[in-house]
Amino acid sequence: LYYQVLNFAMIVSSALMIWKGLIVVTGSESPIVVVLSGSMEPAFHRGDLLFLTNFHDDPIRAGEIVVFKVEGRDIPIVHRVIKIHEKENGNIKFLTKGDNNEVDDRGLYKEGQNWLEKKDVVGRARGFLPYVGMVTIIMNDYPKFKYALLAVMGAYVLLKRES
Amino acid sequence: LRKNVEDFTGPRERSDLGFVTFDITADILNGKNASKNKTRLFKYNMVFFLTRIHLQSIFDWNVKQLFLYLSAEYSTKNNALNQVVLWDKIMLRGDNPRLILKDMKSKYFFFDDGNGLKGNRNVTLTLSWNVVPNAGILPLVTGSGHVSVPFPDTYETTKSY
Repeated sequence: LYYQVLNFAMIVSSALMIWKGLIVVTGSESPIVVVLSGSMEPAFHRGDLLFLTNFHDDPIRAGEIVVFKVEGRDIPIVHRVIKIHEKENGNIKFLTKGDNNEVDDRGLYKEGQNWLEKKDVVGRARGFLPYVGMVTIIMNDYPKFKYALLAVMGAYVLLKRES
Repeated sequence: LRKNVEDFTGPRERSDLGFVTFDITADILNGKNASKNKTRLFKYNMVFFLTRIHLQSIFDWNVKQLFLYLSAEYSTKNNALNQVVLWDKIMLRGDNPRLILKDMKSKYFFFDDGNGLKGNRNVTLTLSWNVVPNAGILPLVTGSGHVSVPFPDTYETTKSY
């Protein structure tokens, strides 16, 4: 049994190391995000997975797809940058809009906030995989499913016998 | 043309508002031509210009759609770099690859952050596109070539808005 527990711990810590390593390599606090809304259709649909990078020196340019968080809210939003105004010292303020939305995102920003800044950015979308993120959405909407899945995975690892 | 009006879409100070009308002709060839040249021809005439783009084999097996957008880039006293998207279009796989649009108005308001459009001779319009794959990397490509749109030194008096 001691060996099984060690086995389980190894798996968990390896997964954690890979995740943390990914955070460092991409520079983003959340290098993999799931698209939650249909505001970027037909490019991205709810349930798609996005890979992000957030290098400090990467300039934000019009047309890029950025993932940002509005101050005070936890939900990341994936939209496209449509306007930027950058000062000589690198200070930048920009406006975003979802491809599938009629209007820009000013309605989503904080009260009185008209522009986004670099600090609001979680990362830039660099790659994407369709549908794969659906699992996360299902687990969020049906927490019983999440617990069941964890229980099954835990049981499998603990009961697995090495021949 | 340029007017100075209250920026009603955002901050409530007076900012410069620019109006540009343009033509776009895009020819997307699913060609067997192996040449990697992207040529763009511009003819700037008064308030409109004609864009002809040849995109060779952009729509390959892994391309789901192209997101095309026309952006204006310029510098002002207030800001070293400004980029404003004036127009965009989603082109799905299977759509007519030849795009001929004449006398288009910009889709989004061309507001400057301040009054930097007045007398600005160096406003450059470029066409770029985002390739959205079925799965994989999302590249952003800028077409070669651009058009300069010089803005006049005086404001247009509003006749009818």
